[in-house]
Amino acid sequence: MIKVQQDNFDVGAELADLTAGNYGIGGVVSFVGLVRDLIDVDGRDAALRAMTLEHYPAMTEKKLAEIEAEARSRWPLEASLIIHRYGRLEPGEQIVFVACAAAHRQAAFDACNFLMDWLKTDAPFWKLEETDAGEGWVDSRESDDEAAARWQIKPDRAAE
Amino acid sequence: MKVLYFAWLRQRIGVAMEEIELPDDVDDVGDLVGWLTAKGPGYAKGFAEPQVIRAAVNFEYVPFDHKLSNTDEVAFFPPVTGG
Repeated sequence: MIKVQQDNFDVGAELADLTAGNYGIGGVVSFVGLVRDLIDVDGRDAALRAMTLEHYPAMTEKKLAEIEAEARSRWPLEASLIIHRYGRLEPGEQIVFVACAAAHRQAAFDACNFLMDWLKTDAPFWKLEETDAGEGWVDSRESDDEAAARWQIKPDRAAE
Repeated sequence: MKVLYFAWLRQRIGVAMEEIELPDDVDDVGDLVGWLTAKGPGYAKGFAEPQVIRAAVNFEYVPFDHKLSNTDEVAFFPPVTGG
């Protein structure tokens, strides 16, 4: 299931919903991404006031659904969930949630890892950071491309 | 066609979305970038380094040699930074 929303989410409630009534599930692995309070600005630490996530709604839903379908084709998952927030978020707030449930733990761990790596490089979100010095857009990271590449699908990027 | 811009590209160009009639001499995404660049100073600034711009047509990432039709929805943006 995919949820793209401005509102916060309750991890406990989401996990309870994900596994409710399915006694074939032997394990759930989840990841929560949070807004950090320190960022790197030109090699120096800067205090983050807030981060604003912009996205391309129609494409976001489509890409996240594709990424989830890919995970479910690779691992025997009983249930899966991706929540990605957008809008203005302050340090400590939750940004993203991925949960995978399976009969056995290895599939759940691997699928969760895959989903996070893959959504970093494929989901159309952009982060704008606010510090006391002003605003700046976050640059994409080569390490994220490398993390996604280890699952042996070429990042689906134009002009590369 | 509908053309959308995101993140710093949207800020530089000054609009998030616009409707344009596909010009006769615009065949693919790269041609459209060239045509938009000539549209005004904000566009020229936004597309100054076209190699850092990504494109999507009808919600799929595409290379700049992707052919366009007048019913397409085209989006331009910097590399994504979600998660």
